[in-house]
Amino acid sequence: MKRRTLLKTGATAAFAAALGAPLRAQNAPMKVGFVYVGPINDGGWTQHHHHSAKEMVEHFGDAVELVYQESVPEGPDAERVMTQMCLQGCQIIFTTSFGFMDPTINVAAKFPDVKFEHATGYKTADNVSVYSARFYEGRAIQGHLAGNMTESNRVGYIASVPIPEVVRGINSAFIHARKVNPDVEFKIIWIFEWLNPAKEADAAKALIEQGCDVVLQHTDSTAPHAAAKEAGGVYTFGQAADMAEFAPMPRISSIIDNWAPYYIDRVQAAMDGTWESVNTWQGIGEGMVGIGEISSAVPDDIKAEAEAMRDAIAAGDYHPFTGPLSKQDGTQFLAEGEVADDGLLAGMNFYVEGIEGDIPS
Amino acid sequence: MIALERRPQPSRAWSYLSPLLAVIVTMIVGGIVFAALGKPPVEAIRTIFWDPLFGDFASYFRPQLLVKAAPLILIAIGLSFGFRAGIWNIGAEGQYIMGALFGAGFALAFYPSEARWLIFPLMIVVGTLGGLLWAMIPGLLRVHFRTNEILVSLMLVYVADFMLDAMALGLLRNPEGMGFPGSRNLQQYPAAHNAELIANTGMHWGVIAAFFAVVAAYILLSRHVFGFNVRLAGQSPRAAAFAGVSADRMVLICMGLSGGLAGMAGMFEVAGPSGQVLASFNVGYGFTAIIVAFLGRLHPVGILLAGFLMALTYIGGELAQMNLQLPRSAIQLFQGMLLFFLLAVDVMTNFRIRLGRKKVA
Repeated sequence: MKRRTLLKTGATAAFAAALGAPLRAQNAPMKVGFVYVGPINDGGWTQHHHHSAKEMVEHFGDAVELVYQESVPEGPDAERVMTQMCLQGCQIIFTTSFGFMDPTINVAAKFPDVKFEHATGYKTADNVSVYSARFYEGRAIQGHLAGNMTESNRVGYIASVPIPEVVRGINSAFIHARKVNPDVEFKIIWIFEWLNPAKEADAAKALIEQGCDVVLQHTDSTAPHAAAKEAGGVYTFGQAADMAEFAPMPRISSIIDNWAPYYIDRVQAAMDGTWESVNTWQGIGEGMVGIGEISSAVPDDIKAEAEAMRDAIAAGDYHPFTGPLSKQDGTQFLAEGEVADDGLLAGMNFYVEGIEGDIPS
Repeated sequence: MIALERRPQPSRAWSYLSPLLAVIVTMIVGGIVFAALGKPPVEAIRTIFWDPLFGDFASYFRPQLLVKAAPLILIAIGLSFGFRAGIWNIGAEGQYIMGALFGAGFALAFYPSEARWLIFPLMIVVGTLGGLLWAMIPGLLRVHFRTNEILVSLMLVYVADFMLDAMALGLLRNPEGMGFPGSRNLQQYPAAHNAELIANTGMHWGVIAAFFAVVAAYILLSRHVFGFNVRLAGQSPRAAAFAGVSADRMVLICMGLSGGLAGMAGMFEVAGPSGQVLASFNVGYGFTAIIVAFLGRLHPVGILLAGFLMALTYIGGELAQMNLQLPRSAIQLFQGMLLFFLLAVDVMTNFRIRLGRKKVA
């Protein structure tokens, strides 16, 4: 559809009116929409968004009504789904995948009275906020554990889609693994998908065959854990969800996404009329990133160190990207004691010094 | 005892009746499936088939039907020629992707040109050519090496899919995209944007091309010697050979025609509703079009109607997901059943049921 012409001709309002603009009865529950990229039982990313959405509904009770759609393809179909939600009276809509960015902006321009919250993107508008979590803080702790636990000095990393968020995670984990173990090497396999249990299992097996005894993942399924369990003697980390069913071995810790406080906060703001477009990026300190219980497979002293690092990051005393740090080609990008700013982190598209291989492009 | 007896002539009445019957049987069995899932069956069927056309927000959904049906019809028209002649191009999905890549690649190569009169028409030509060339691979392999075009064209879908991934991450990646995958959005590139011609009608150039293809196919099949040859080649290859129809030429023409139209559909989609070259660009139109072609009896007018019916199940299916929380896979099952029952009911076109013992002559 030609949204731009719509705007140019100023027909937006007429269009919304013709279609029956969202009605706002005083005592009716506020409709909150969620657009998911995966199935709500994927065990990782989408499941945790849905879980947090339900927590938000529990918090508000009858004051809100949850409307959601799962497995929405990123493209024109997403745009239609969002428009449907607007037409049916949703007043705030959360779009929970990067690929929904342009569709969110398009639909938001057509429905200026509806609030939009887009996860992990960078385009904002008067009625579009973006939010994401500082997963790299959790990666630092994983790197610390991985560097200590590996005996073969080979750490496998199942990477998903080559975007700055994933590259940042690899860098953060690598920096902290090297810090405690100068001989450690990373073997990285890109699968170009966020969720594909078959590919993830294959990647995990390939990494284990290459001698990796720690496997990190930036993909959403538990398949790598199952592969590690089968191989034996391999350590893994839960991703997005705690994946505690694989503890204490192979899963020795995890990064848990906790969106519920943010969702509660934003829906409350929409109810109170105090909602404003914001760019939110929260980490361990705010509770958006949780570190799952470090299991008994990890020696006590290493566990204590990792927990100390977690607390220091939460308190703001330590930043995982603190100089001196160099890029893969040896050029320094952070001087001694310098801390990476958010702009640098948001656009990070290079490996740090010591990682072998290239980012696919 | 019930026996099936081959009809001396395929029944004309049944060939028209069976698609309708298939739709009705699908509704009934689909209703049972929905009921088994604990959803109200009648309401679900009504949501899928009635609400997008006559429901509360029909003025939004009706144009969306055009947007969704246009690529299906365009691809299915192309496929129908080959299917009539016994040439099985199963890889329209790949040709659709290649058409989009060629079209978008061409436009982006001249970014930011303002010569719409030049860029957009050439995009159509180049996109069509992209699909055509991709279809020529299985076509030429069959003609020269007697390979099976079903297998080769299907396998090339996966190759095209990888090309799409590579393009979204590499050559066509938006240099201002903050390191994220995906090309520039053609919706923001006026010279290349396949915009709505009249606001809120869903009518873009691809829709016009689809209608034009229907008319052209109708004339070709009923008034032109090419249509006669196609039908002859399918019904009696030997007779066609005696009539001077070259089987090899027929393969190349039919593959080229279907590939070209699929490529054109891909180009219109990427330049319009989708906007971006993304790894998630293709959503299975090339495969769904096979259902559309058969549901429409390989007849242009039938395909037109079948295209709208499939579009309706897509859009209505989304509504049912959102309003009734039907799982997405139930909707996909529903669409698959449509072809399944059509093939089952089709038995009646060629056979008739005979009650009583078959007499031994």
